[in-house]
Amino acid sequence: MQAFADLITQLERTAGTRARVEALAAHVQAADAADGAWALALLLGKRRRRLITGRRLRQICLERSGLPEWLFDSCYAQVGDSAETIALLLPQLALPPTPPLELPLADWMETRLPALAALEAEAQAEAVLAIWAALPEGQCFLFNKLLTGGFRVGVAAGLVTRALAQVSGLEEAELAHRLMGGFEPSSAAMQALLAPLAAGAAGPISRPYPFCLASPLEAERLTATDPAGWQVEWKWDGIRTQLIRRSGQTFLWSRGEELINASFPELEVAADELPQGTVLDGELTVWPAQAPQPAGFGPLQRRLGRQKPGAALLRECPAAFVAYDLLEMGGQDLRPEPLGRRRAALEGLLQGLPEAARTPVAGLLRLSPVLPLGHWDDLEPLRQRARSVGAEGLMLKALDSVYGVGRRRGAWWKHKLEPMELDAVLLYAQAGSGRRANLYTDYTFGLWDGEGRLVSFAKAYTGLDDSEIGELDRWIRRHTTERFGPVRAVEALQVFTLGFEGLQRSTRHRSGLAVRFPRILRWRRDRTPGSADSLSSALALLEGSAAAQR
Amino acid sequence: MPLPSDGLIQLTPEGLYCPAAEAWIDPWRPVPRALITHGHADHARPGCGAYWAVAAGEGVLRQRLGTDIAFTGVGYGQERRLGAALVSFHSAGHVLGSAQIRITAGGETWLISGDYKRDADPTCAPFEPVDTDVLITEATFGLPIYRWRPGRQVAAEILAWWRQAPRRPSLLFAYAFGKAQRLLAELAVLGVDEEVLLHGAVQALMAPYRNQGVVLPPTRPLSELPRSESLAGRLVIAPPAAHRSPWMKRFVNPQTAFVSGWMAVRGARRRRGFERGFALSDHADWDGLLRTVRDSGARQVYVTHGNSDGLARYLREEEGLAAEPLGPAFEGQRSEAGS
Repeated sequence: MQAFADLITQLERTAGTRARVEALAAHVQAADAADGAWALALLLGKRRRRLITGRRLRQICLERSGLPEWLFDSCYAQVGDSAETIALLLPQLALPPTPPLELPLADWMETRLPALAALEAEAQAEAVLAIWAALPEGQCFLFNKLLTGGFRVGVAAGLVTRALAQVSGLEEAELAHRLMGGFEPSSAAMQALLAPLAAGAAGPISRPYPFCLASPLEAERLTATDPAGWQVEWKWDGIRTQLIRRSGQTFLWSRGEELINASFPELEVAADELPQGTVLDGELTVWPAQAPQPAGFGPLQRRLGRQKPGAALLRECPAAFVAYDLLEMGGQDLRPEPLGRRRAALEGLLQGLPEAARTPVAGLLRLSPVLPLGHWDDLEPLRQRARSVGAEGLMLKALDSVYGVGRRRGAWWKHKLEPMELDAVLLYAQAGSGRRANLYTDYTFGLWDGEGRLVSFAKAYTGLDDSEIGELDRWIRRHTTERFGPVRAVEALQVFTLGFEGLQRSTRHRSGLAVRFPRILRWRRDRTPGSADSLSSALALLEGSAAAQR
Repeated sequence: MPLPSDGLIQLTPEGLYCPAAEAWIDPWRPVPRALITHGHADHARPGCGAYWAVAAGEGVLRQRLGTDIAFTGVGYGQERRLGAALVSFHSAGHVLGSAQIRITAGGETWLISGDYKRDADPTCAPFEPVDTDVLITEATFGLPIYRWRPGRQVAAEILAWWRQAPRRPSLLFAYAFGKAQRLLAELAVLGVDEEVLLHGAVQALMAPYRNQGVVLPPTRPLSELPRSESLAGRLVIAPPAAHRSPWMKRFVNPQTAFVSGWMAVRGARRRRGFERGFALSDHADWDGLLRTVRDSGARQVYVTHGNSDGLARYLREEEGLAAEPLGPAFEGQRSEAGS
């Protein structure tokens, strides 16, 4: 585990992207396959299981040290992390000198930690104390973190795949694909992940493709091109979903790589009609059969996270999958094909569904229409109609674009209704005053920088309703990582769509940007923090708006 | 909780005052006679009629408060009569010339600790345990999460940090008075004899230390180095205020580190935006505070600075001592030596 602890320390101390990638690559290269697999799973945040509560660990620490509980609380308030607080307090425990313990990371994760969790009361306390006594200083913090399931490293997934690409000689896109749909840490999984292309056995049939993402529109870059080269669609206000039909099975994957089949049984049934070896990219919406437009995000929220929905909910909030891309047909990966061809194939596929099944299926699997656009002058009037059809703006996709991995500026644009909108991650909260006293209602949000770190970007106080405020307040109290006086830092997990009127460069803000009238538009429970926008997206918006004013 | 208004030491708007000696201890405002524990700006302020302090600290005090101050130098442990009181200065181990001040009158003894540490420091005399009836102690790092490793060990890590980056300037931020010289002296002990570059604020303190015979590596103000000369592989020491200031423009791709007791906590390290944090302090850690209280034999303890509430409560509830925090008057007085 020392090598992994050293890696974490090194990542914490290294600022440059290249040096971080090199440290990651060197670690993966040197580590045994099983240890490397665990390192990967932990770095990518795919393993966060809690084996012992932070409270239990703290109890063991307190009982042994004899420190009063209030003093522990004061320490915690200063440190903001119970695993670290305990690690810092270990010298107070006067543990007996013990020969150092060094075990491979995989041993810890697969055997030692679960065994500790299975012990009871006194036996568990004794075992934890023995490990604390035997672990080198730097490893106690890591051990506590892994045990309490709160391990997080500030490394963007992109850096990890880049390092894996260096090690394996594979394309980053290929690795991103192989990592989709979950990664079970084992030496076999690690070998499969890094296996050369030719020898690579097909992955599990459930595996989704990495999503191709759009960037906020930079109008000047678009208007310099011929409108005929673009496919224009509504930007639906649902959740981005990949629908996979392979070997008689159906898999519905959200952008956050969660399998959501159980919440949408009617779509599972509808997918039976699709030929084997089909993968659709589209928007999952709540859209009643005869309705002219989707029911909006509220009803969809009711369906999300509800497994096995009852008949009443299915009736009130019926789901529909609005397809806009075809990624696999007849088991063949279509992503290298230009969009124009994929679109034609998609239309052909949906038209070819059996006549008998058309009525229910057409209601459940829809085709996102392509909007005609002859001149760029028509773009804005079209966008203004978005709200009237229940969309949140326009999508513009280059007809000759391949289906890329992640966000590659220029091929796909999103042109939302709000003049400016970004998805940001909640970082800090502060209690309001007056009616909102003692409620955490003043929020600070962050965007990603180029190093995979979140940088404070905007504060917002409005936009949530009272029940959301109450819910978020409770969440904030449970997920505080640090306190600075009245301000709480929270775990970077909640994503919100912020709307604002303008951006200006500013030297007074760490992000380099001042935001005009920011407010919360939506709590994006469907989004993972990794999918939030970056500072470079914000800068691009700034440049876009400056160009528009000229 | 204020001090008793009829005690040997009282709390006035100017700071701690001893009526029997007609003297203030580390006053916040100009007074006729000031007894100074050490030269940090939150303890030694300009404008007083007379200054009494340890002779070894004279150079620093004159450098900071003016060469023309009325200064009376006292040796460690030397007892002096001031009015109706006996006053003595005892080594605090904090910085060069730092002292605890012991005052006896009317059969009662008080000890004002000033800032102190129990760890070895090659730039100053070691801490001397002193008996007292009443102790006024600081508690800057009054939490058990703070426990220092030996300065030599941290200096060795700093040396390794510097050596592993021969192609980058190594920019080390440390408080200009005390910490910077302690680091330099520890580096000298570790065999460093090459020139270290200094920010002007650090440079200003070097003469008083050298005059006191502290062994230090050769140093030069950065400003005297020709612009054309590369800083790659050089160690530069600067006060934390210089971080992200225009002064840093001269450095191409420097590695940065901050040396401070606060760097013991990961969040503090990340928040400050330095690549590295080295936990080294000139204040007592938790064990050092408790040991000092026990060593003093005090029956009554007053606590100032930092976690004063917490340390006082611990002494009351866990050690059975009469202990009180001295209130917020001492907060916000810190300006420089908060490490």
